[in-house]
Amino acid sequence: MISIILFALLLIGGIGLFSFNVLKVRNNILLGRPVERSGNSSERWKTMLLVAFGQQKMFSRPLPALLHLAIYAAFVITQIELIEIFIDGLTGSHRIFHEALGGFYTFMISFIEILSLLAFVATIAFLARRNMLKLPRLNMKELAGWPKQDANLILIMEIVLVCCIFTMNGADEAWLNLEENGGGSYGFAISSLIGPAIFGGMDAHSLHLLEQIGWWGHIIMVFAFLNYLPYSKHFHILLAFPNTYYSNLEPKGKFTNMESVTNEVKLMLDPTADPFAAPADGGGEHMRFGAKDVTDLTWKNLLDAYTCTECGRCTSSCPANITGKKLSPRKIMMDTRDRVTEVGDNIRKHGKDYSDGKSLLGDYISEEEIWACTSCNACVQECPVNIDPLSIIVDLRRFLVMEESKMPTELTGMLTNIENNGAPWQFSPNDRLNWANED
Amino acid sequence: MQVPTMAEMMAKGETPDVLFWVGCAGSFDDRAKKITKAVVKILNHCNVSFAVLGTEESCTGDPAKRAGNEFTFQMQAMMNIQVLNGYEVKKIVTACPHCFNTLKNEYPELGGEYEVIHHTQLIQDLINTGKLALKDGGVFKGKKITFHDPCYLGRANNVFDAPRELIEKLDAELVEMKRCKTKGLCCGAGGAQMFKEAEKGDKEVNIERTEDALETKASIIATGCPFCNTMMTDGVKNFEKESEIKVLDVAELIANAAEL
Repeated sequence: MISIILFALLLIGGIGLFSFNVLKVRNNILLGRPVERSGNSSERWKTMLLVAFGQQKMFSRPLPALLHLAIYAAFVITQIELIEIFIDGLTGSHRIFHEALGGFYTFMISFIEILSLLAFVATIAFLARRNMLKLPRLNMKELAGWPKQDANLILIMEIVLVCCIFTMNGADEAWLNLEENGGGSYGFAISSLIGPAIFGGMDAHSLHLLEQIGWWGHIIMVFAFLNYLPYSKHFHILLAFPNTYYSNLEPKGKFTNMESVTNEVKLMLDPTADPFAAPADGGGEHMRFGAKDVTDLTWKNLLDAYTCTECGRCTSSCPANITGKKLSPRKIMMDTRDRVTEVGDNIRKHGKDYSDGKSLLGDYISEEEIWACTSCNACVQECPVNIDPLSIIVDLRRFLVMEESKMPTELTGMLTNIENNGAPWQFSPNDRLNWANED
Repeated sequence: MQVPTMAEMMAKGETPDVLFWVGCAGSFDDRAKKITKAVVKILNHCNVSFAVLGTEESCTGDPAKRAGNEFTFQMQAMMNIQVLNGYEVKKIVTACPHCFNTLKNEYPELGGEYEVIHHTQLIQDLINTGKLALKDGGVFKGKKITFHDPCYLGRANNVFDAPRELIEKLDAELVEMKRCKTKGLCCGAGGAQMFKEAEKGDKEVNIERTEDALETKASIIATGCPFCNTMMTDGVKNFEKESEIKVLDVAELIANAAEL
């Protein structure tokens, strides 16, 4: 009875805290400006199925893709076993589906065990790759400290989780294998072998205790993991789905046209416009051109930031980063996430109008970083969950150029040339067709 | 060189099938002008009904937009759209992927809706419909040619095949760089970088990209963008390999092969 109450408390507490933190993240994301990402839902579902569920973009690097797939598949399929664990926990039963499902039950658990073993191998490989092989993209400056710990912690949690599953199943197998219990077996693919091998020789009482340790360890890890997610880069396992659903479906080269600018340009070009007339939208406060802080970005930019799992495929394909410039698209996403979390916490603590005097541009991302971008879209192409660092970079540039008139001096000249001569160089527009008469 | 302008055509009461958008580089840059002329030779040879805007053409605003100046971009766009719509332009071909992307993707919302194609797509169509024939065993027969994907043609707009099919039509051996198509490495000119010094780093982007090209042992780097052309040409000069490897636009390859 006590264990049932304990389990119920764990369940309510775990899910309650998780929901609370998810709502916080949701509110943070909604601090962003509106952007239209509805419509064309069949294309959106298709993108989500292929890119998030099918992990299509991961497979441009096959080996890590296969290892990742093992962990992903184990994670998804193990959720089925969780149903049984919940029922057992709340009713005090033991393997309630075992008799009802018979052979299918053995098949399911065996399937889970095989995937868990593969996930175990993959996790070890990932830990080794990160800490021993020191793969460059996983050991860059921006990962020093917490991000690196975060990554290792998740992998270690996975290992503990898998060990708990095998302890639980293995102890059960060894218990059933005892002579007093008839020397039988559940027939689970892996624990029927390793259970008796490792735990054979222990008495029934110890085996029961071991099974309980495995069972409780497993479910406690599940809730710990669940509640760790909103604080971690590992949130991608959930956010990959909405993030790919709300992907930008336009060609990558198409940058947004700023409507606020369109209205002003139309006024400037319209000879009949009355410059003193009240704006059609009734005035309202001036919306900043471009982005200085996270609240100037769109909610999709902020969702992108929470979805990023810091794999660094963007940065390792970035021409600026490859040639030693400061720009790292991954850092742009990490900075955006850190800053929006900070802004959200400030709002909850000090109210909506509080300002800490900091901003994304300047305190997190430097001008040098954003001016190094060639807008080549390699980062957007590479991201396995369709994150778009480029649109943040462009919005930061827009703020610098249009609100602060700050840009590299050569660009000032280029812009003046376009305005005066209709070309980025100092040539007369009258000479535009000269080439036709030259040899 | 026979280059009709839209104004002249209109005065004669004629409407060309396609507008050739030359672009700033194609109009003013000495190297890019050669590409422009190669395109015109092909158009004239195939009797394509075309015209240019001439002095009425103005920058699409692409570098301004990528630099973050949306005002300058939209001013340019609105003025160009007025001119294009005034001539009732329906179809545009351009030899610059930056103009191509801007005209195709960013002008429609501002009132400029046209069918926009890259010159490699037009040439591909001319060959496929039999209007342009290449002689067997032309000057490029058996030569190793590598194609550098311009970002705004490839990744940005998914045009990967047209330029490659043209190279294969030359009887040449198309060799790919280790980073190609969706994984192609930028030449370093995009996002208004063409007009400024690069930020501090270990290396210039065009040098990194030229190394990719040199690795293929090709004798020609083909590209489809005047800015990529400049960057790759500079990269080849940096390695003092001008005598071993040439940088040419796909239009120039075709015009040469067709002996135009």
